[in-house]
Amino acid sequence: MRDRRPSDERAASLSRREFLKISGLSLSLPVVTDFRVMRVAGAEVKIFGPGKVPVTLNINGKAYTAHLEPRVTLLEALREEFHLTGAKRVCDRGTCGACTVLMDGKPVYSCSVLAIDAQGRSITTVEGLMKDGRLHPIQQAFIDNDAQQCGFCTPGFVVACKAFLDKNPHPTPEDVRKGLGGNFCRCGTYMGIRAAVLQAAHMQKGGASHD
Amino acid sequence: MRPIEYASPRTKEQAVRLLASTWGETAVLAGGTDLLSLLKDDVIAPRRLVNIKEIEELRGIAFDPRKGLRLGALVTIEELLDDPRVRQHYSALAEAAEGIRSPQIRNMGTVGGDLCQRPRCWYFRAGFGLLARDAQGRSLVLHGDNRYHAILGNEGPAYFVSPSSLAPPLIAYEARLRLFGPGGTREMPVQAFFRIPQSEEEREHDLRPNEIVTEILIPPPRGEASATYEVRQREALDWPLATASVALQMDGDRVTAARIVMGHVAPIPWLSPEAAQTLVNKTITEDVAQAAGEAAVRRARSLGRNGYKIQLARVAVKRAILRAVQGGAR
Amino acid sequence: MTESRSSSPAEYTWPERGHRRLIGKRLSRVDGPAKVSGKATYTYDVHRPGMLYGKILRSPYAHARIKSIDTSRAERMPGVKAVHIIQGPGTEIFWAGDEIVAVAAVDEPTAEDAIRSIRVEYEILPHLVIDTDPQRAGDMAKPTAEEIVGDPDAAFRQAEVVVEGVYGLPVITHCCLESHGLVAEWEDEENLLVHISTQAVSSIPNQMARPLGIPAGNIRVKMDHIGGGFGSKFSPDRWGIVAARLSKLAGGRPVKIMLERDAELMVAGARPSAYGRIKVGAKKDGTLLAWESTSWGTGGMGGGGRPPLPYIFEIPNQRKQHTAIMNHMGSARAWRAPNHPQACLLTMAALEDLAAELEMDPLDLFLKNIELTGRRAEIYRQELQIAADLIGWKTHWHPRGDQSHGPMKRGLGLAIHTWGGRGHASNCDLTIHPDGSVEIKLASQDLGTGTRTGITIVAAETLGLPMDRIKVMIGDSRYPASGPSGGSTTIGGVSSATRRAALDALDQLFAKVAPALNARPEDLEAVQGRIRVKGDPGRSMSWEQACATLGGMPLTVRGRNPGPGNLTSSGVGGVQMADVSVDVETGVVRINKMVAVQDCGLIIDMKTAESQCYGAMIMGIGYALYEEKIMDQLTGRMLNPNMEFYKLAGLGDVGELIVHMMTGPGYDERGVIGLGEPPVISPGAAISNAVANAIGVRVPFLPLTPDRVLEALHKKGGHHATH
Repeated sequence: MRDRRPSDERAASLSRREFLKISGLSLSLPVVTDFRVMRVAGAEVKIFGPGKVPVTLNINGKAYTAHLEPRVTLLEALREEFHLTGAKRVCDRGTCGACTVLMDGKPVYSCSVLAIDAQGRSITTVEGLMKDGRLHPIQQAFIDNDAQQCGFCTPGFVVACKAFLDKNPHPTPEDVRKGLGGNFCRCGTYMGIRAAVLQAAHMQKGGASHD
Repeated sequence: MRPIEYASPRTKEQAVRLLASTWGETAVLAGGTDLLSLLKDDVIAPRRLVNIKEIEELRGIAFDPRKGLRLGALVTIEELLDDPRVRQHYSALAEAAEGIRSPQIRNMGTVGGDLCQRPRCWYFRAGFGLLARDAQGRSLVLHGDNRYHAILGNEGPAYFVSPSSLAPPLIAYEARLRLFGPGGTREMPVQAFFRIPQSEEEREHDLRPNEIVTEILIPPPRGEASATYEVRQREALDWPLATASVALQMDGDRVTAARIVMGHVAPIPWLSPEAAQTLVNKTITEDVAQAAGEAAVRRARSLGRNGYKIQLARVAVKRAILRAVQGGAR
Repeated sequence: MTESRSSSPAEYTWPERGHRRLIGKRLSRVDGPAKVSGKATYTYDVHRPGMLYGKILRSPYAHARIKSIDTSRAERMPGVKAVHIIQGPGTEIFWAGDEIVAVAAVDEPTAEDAIRSIRVEYEILPHLVIDTDPQRAGDMAKPTAEEIVGDPDAAFRQAEVVVEGVYGLPVITHCCLESHGLVAEWEDEENLLVHISTQAVSSIPNQMARPLGIPAGNIRVKMDHIGGGFGSKFSPDRWGIVAARLSKLAGGRPVKIMLERDAELMVAGARPSAYGRIKVGAKKDGTLLAWESTSWGTGGMGGGGRPPLPYIFEIPNQRKQHTAIMNHMGSARAWRAPNHPQACLLTMAALEDLAAELEMDPLDLFLKNIELTGRRAEIYRQELQIAADLIGWKTHWHPRGDQSHGPMKRGLGLAIHTWGGRGHASNCDLTIHPDGSVEIKLASQDLGTGTRTGITIVAAETLGLPMDRIKVMIGDSRYPASGPSGGSTTIGGVSSATRRAALDALDQLFAKVAPALNARPEDLEAVQGRIRVKGDPGRSMSWEQACATLGGMPLTVRGRNPGPGNLTSSGVGGVQMADVSVDVETGVVRINKMVAVQDCGLIIDMKTAESQCYGAMIMGIGYALYEEKIMDQLTGRMLNPNMEFYKLAGLGDVGELIVHMMTGPGYDERGVIGLGEPPVISPGAAISNAVANAIGVRVPFLPLTPDRVLEALHKKGGHHATH
């Protein structure tokens, strides 16, 4: 069942029995199955998993490949496979923002993206914000304004603030209050974060080198 | 999350062929913000995910002053919010999108996904089924903690609230929705897409397991005054407690026709013709808006702990009406 | 600018105000760059070679007896390396979420599959998870004897005004963003290495030794950074022991167990609830005469704490009785300032209600009775004045009930608090290397409070070096033992131990270099990277030259707390005031502004000290407005074990916050006192009082959600419906 011959179109509607045959689900084998091909609606479509399949991700400008089950999230891939542990798993349900990364420049919750689904996208993690060993202005502003305590929410907040500033280079304090509603902190570092965002915006406006 | 297959078809024809004809076997993946939570919580356990994000024709915002607005199902909330035409002509929609306070959710979540997301009822999410009944068939909502549950359309057996942010303004604008399935395209008013399930086998959407939402069509702007008002406890990402979207056809200061839709108050977005009727031929004042709010909740009833939501819905309607005539697109 | 001393014990002191180069300044935390760049390593980030992932099957029932457990499918699964039954058949389970079976597997998905395959049969037993009514608790209620102070009956007869009310706040959770967890691995048959998210690096080995049957010295605990503790992470917990057992079963391979978010909220931390029926009697001029309280609360099966009532104001005549309710929810743990936020709300709300009844400004009522606060009366008086100025109390305060037009009602409220905060036992090894580098080791932990930074500042100040010359190494149980970080005891402990170590090390260094400078050791000082003769700066040598005289051997000195000299003390007072707006049509409360005025003795780092206050106010806004562990009596479960409905305050929800630290004469000479707890005590009471002032009626229970606010307004008289 792991060959790549297109199967009959009817097979596209999936029966439980077929699924079990394909996947060895009852044993949950962690084997690499690559993909199989189905012929549906006159075209061939690749079906990946449920076993491990090769997944290649473009992270901070570098290609990373691993064998992952389709159910593995981008966050888990970053952390467990590629050891990029800046993004954190906190709520794991797309609420708290600790896992925030950029996909094609936009902030997303990496806990709510499947790794296999992130292929072909440009992913930036907090580890990718430093350039030539120098902190990004928002990172420096976090330090200057003590926008961190335990620091567990910090990488997600840093990435979210970077994305916010990319989109709102000249924010008012009110913009900041409304624009960073997708991240939560438990220690209560919001005063520092607000100040950091405004400082970083000011620095960027002032022509300080950035990006 | 259980083991799962994944496929990324390029056309909607392929997509619907990859979907099973019975619920539970397969699931559609778009933005994923709700789907992944449902999978992780084992609320659903499909065996295949069909990612529809590679289907180009599901994308894009198109506007024509005579034809109206066409939103591909894959348009993200952020794209919607960023579109100046949406803000200019459909302010109730833009205001509802603004209520989703997480930029991450707005970048991931899609218009189609907003309509198709599942209720947040905590008993449903804990695995007690959409109708939230215990082994004896008792409603957990009626006997348990219903502080966030329905105040309208709550005759049972469903007591959850529709979580959609965009459906109330879409319904206020009389938007239509297109679905695609093996039998071809179906089109219906957005309002008809939502229904109150009568048994655990039914869903809260008029959606077949192998159909996908493809696009939303909003009629051309008719110069209506429109707005959305949400009662939310937090400025940060938070589910609203009650919302109202209104679209008022005006002749000068006088309302000629109105559509008023409440969100988060019933198992479906709740269209209130009673409230709308109170506005016809009136000039909007605080008292007129207040009377519409009263009419909107006349049939509301508390399940025990959610009586306060009646007041919130009343206020949401009043404030949405006042905002519509005072600010329009703000 | 200078640091000089003889070795007389009386001279273990902090530098005088004019001589502090670093202490008390606004300095950035030393681990900031690591944290903002994602490089800081938390337990959750630890990867060990061959590491397995542990998962735990938890009881869905609040009260049950295990009938049978079938793990056979899990054991047969490829990739599953260990299965361990934590609580076997016959065991009674007392809360939903309790641990039943653990597995370890090669990756998380496999471990999840294994857990899902385990079958457990339960005999379901009756449960109680609600706490609002002690009558319902039956024999699960444990009343204490009534306590009498003075003559309350006579005092209430004498009182010209008596108010009575019910107040309360529910169980909340710690919700540490890094959940509880660890990586345990057997380095050999006898030695265990543990990376664990803990507030108590030094005491974890001893806690794990007995259950594992090995000497504490065979257990090494490491932790670089921790993602929040707040009082919930002092123990290795049952899952900590389980991880070690799984590792043993798997031939010593490292096993990582980090709690899922739902488990974290269900079982890994809760603050006890507290409710009270409070009666206060006073004279017409506001003089407090009598207190009566019947209070209750729960902390799960442990029954919870007992709030110290009345809080701070030692009203001369009192009658008090408290009932601890045991119930079937995950057990309470110390939550930042245990028992104080509860006592503060119950007391300050009752006093504010009294002020309203007297038609008196509560600020005046507090000042009128300030002597009842005891020895800190003068501090409170000063702090109340400063806070009132900062929030514009005299301008904005109005009698109860904002009479202005429209639905938005504004109000002010206040509360005061106290805490101990004396430095804990701490040992610190300070090493000066012959090349001039300095390293400091202590088995402490930095919870994000700035422990590393504080140690660095003290050492740099004392040795006359820049901060970046000091390498601070914490978070390893092989380092000198230091106390657990709880009760605001860390900064006092580690700063005192470091100060003593650095002073002693300097003494020894001065003795070595004195001959070369042709001076007596006691005439030397360490300033700006040089050792020089006091009053004759020309006679000096660089720090490096001085350290080279040590020869081949580094100089290591042990500093201890407690020890000679008064470097730390105890007992602080703080005042907070809140300015809120309440939408009386929706019941939504918004914080406009909050002010915290706080003393904590000598401040080591102003920046991180202020952060503690900001953070505490924000945490306080969270429990005042949003947080509640919602328990369902029907299913026995927590209904909101997630961050969607267990709501924390967001960045836009906290208004404008102002912190004023009390420093200078009268404060600095008290030495270093901890700050983690005190500022989190008052927010609930201050905000509740502000809401009452705004809307004209008390909302009796926190959190101040729209349903509660509207209900209070409704009882007051249908105010909301008239707009």
